[in-house]
Amino acid sequence: MKRFLRNVGDWLEDRTGVMSAIRPILNHLVPPGAKWAYVFGSATLFCFILQVVTGIGLALLYQPSSDAAYQSLKFITDQAMFGRVLRGIHFFGASGMILFVGVHMIRVYIMAAYKYPREMNWITGVFLLFLTIIMGFTGQLLRWDSNGVWSSVVAAQNLGRIPLIGTTLARLLLGGDTIGAQSLSRFFAYHVFLFPALIFGLIGFHLFLVIRNGISEPPKAGRPVDPKTYRKWYEAMLKREGVPFWPDAAWRDAMFGALVIIAIVGLAITVGPPALTQPPDPSLIKTTPAPDWYMLPIFALFALVPPRTESYLIFFGPVLAVGALLALPFLSGTGERSPIRRPWAVFGVVCVVIFVGALLVAGEIAPWSPRFDTKPVTNFVSYHNPQLERGAMLFYKKGCQYCHMINGEGGIKGPDLSVIGRTWTPDQLDVQIVNGGGNMPAYGGSLKQDELRAIVAFLSVQK
Amino acid sequence: MNQEKSEPTSENTPPVAKHPDHDSRRDFMMKVSLGLGGLAAAAVAVPVVGALVAPLLEDKPEVWRSVGTPDQFPVGVTKLVKFENADPKAWAGSTAHTAAWVRHEADGQFVVFSVNCTHLGCPVRWEADAELFMCPCHGGVYYRDGTVAAGPPPKPLPRYAVRVAQGQVQVGTAPIPITKFSDG
Repeated sequence: MKRFLRNVGDWLEDRTGVMSAIRPILNHLVPPGAKWAYVFGSATLFCFILQVVTGIGLALLYQPSSDAAYQSLKFITDQAMFGRVLRGIHFFGASGMILFVGVHMIRVYIMAAYKYPREMNWITGVFLLFLTIIMGFTGQLLRWDSNGVWSSVVAAQNLGRIPLIGTTLARLLLGGDTIGAQSLSRFFAYHVFLFPALIFGLIGFHLFLVIRNGISEPPKAGRPVDPKTYRKWYEAMLKREGVPFWPDAAWRDAMFGALVIIAIVGLAITVGPPALTQPPDPSLIKTTPAPDWYMLPIFALFALVPPRTESYLIFFGPVLAVGALLALPFLSGTGERSPIRRPWAVFGVVCVVIFVGALLVAGEIAPWSPRFDTKPVTNFVSYHNPQLERGAMLFYKKGCQYCHMINGEGGIKGPDLSVIGRTWTPDQLDVQIVNGGGNMPAYGGSLKQDELRAIVAFLSVQK
Repeated sequence: MNQEKSEPTSENTPPVAKHPDHDSRRDFMMKVSLGLGGLAAAAVAVPVVGALVAPLLEDKPEVWRSVGTPDQFPVGVTKLVKFENADPKAWAGSTAHTAAWVRHEADGQFVVFSVNCTHLGCPVRWEADAELFMCPCHGGVYYRDGTVAAGPPPKPLPRYAVRVAQGQVQVGTAPIPITKFSDG
């Protein structure tokens, strides 16, 4: 039996030459220091393969049609065998891919592996980063619940801010003047055919470059990259102390990748996929659209920047970000690689991580959104004075409480008014409510005199 | 095609120079093949790109959709209505719907606001007691006439065309409003 298999193997190798083509790639020498810091790129790749496999599984069950997609998602989630787990793996796989593409990029930047001769490795990586984010976003639209519908409207609005061609691009994204039959077919075609094909091609190119230019050696302070000598030095170093990629280095990639996939499946089983919201009917408007976590920092940024700068941010922000990332290897393509000699680079990474993390936290809290689900203060406090009672009720009904908190109940968009009566006189309260200002609506046009008096009386006793 | 092998003459004379006919023929054939390849690619690209941009070229008619009789809209009240977009495809299902806020201003005078916040398009809800439109996404707030009261929206709520005809309040279908760079 063994002999038979060996004969078959020999015959295949003789007729195809597959092994003799692959062996040099598997056994190519890598720097001995390429250890655990180097597993994040392959972890991203493992996540991508996981997404392709589970994506095929989901496509077996999914209906890419504007009217039926929602039902098919309900079917996948609630009825199909292992459908919920499948959705869960695809969701956490997407999360993992975005997480690891980010970690991989930070690792490459901190170790300055983008410098000569690996500039094109970095540039193909930048394109892969944006394609990964696009895949995450289009995938979220395919959930095609009310969140999917409104997220596509938000995306169209973002495109609409591009000068001159914005409106055309927005209509192109939606597949027409409005959300409709053509919208979902498009998102499906982009998410399942177009962008994966681009990613496949770019990953192939990215890996080809990794083999061609060699895995970067761990940096050492005082050993700068000099294009005149680097390649020769690298070759000599590999000959001297290099180890074969398979199995000396690859086992770490394989082990970490396996652990990542096991963790993703575990999360899929225990936490499960994001719950579906309402059906994709654009006339159902009692909905609070919010993107998945990886888009939340951008969503938060749009709430926090001064509105007047927003058009510029929406257009120039991405242009500048892409431009800076693509320019990086040309601006600092040589010289020191060690993070110890590049403190500002490390500082920059820390700032970006804190900035994005803070936006993510802010996006989760969403302090800028009115709290529509707040309960009237009168549920917790009963007033003997009928005017105070009425003021408390009006404070809720007129929407004040959506944005202002009193005794722990209410929104956080505006100041907490639990002790406003200590510092503000009734006259000051009166003026502020009537005229608004400081991002508060003016209520002068909608409150009657006695209603205003009741609210002012209610606020004056908050001490 | 054995011009390379033949005539082993002196080395500084390239063999091609001796066969201008063959050379120009090969050159010509190469150009023809490139041209034909380009033509083939274009022939395929036209319908594919056509499928991509087709929705932009469609001429959607503006149609009037009845949303109720005038007495269903008391004066001073703002009410949510739902209507079907112009010319929806058969498989649009519930995505063919659009919502709008109808306000009966004075006797027989109606205003119809888009539900789309001008900031990033999220659906605004009418808070009847507060007499404000509020957006759940980034906290945009509008007064009852659609002007901006607070938050990031760069311009007032867009309006739909409205008329009273055949005893019905009718709303004119329109593209989803997109805020432009210059609006912000």
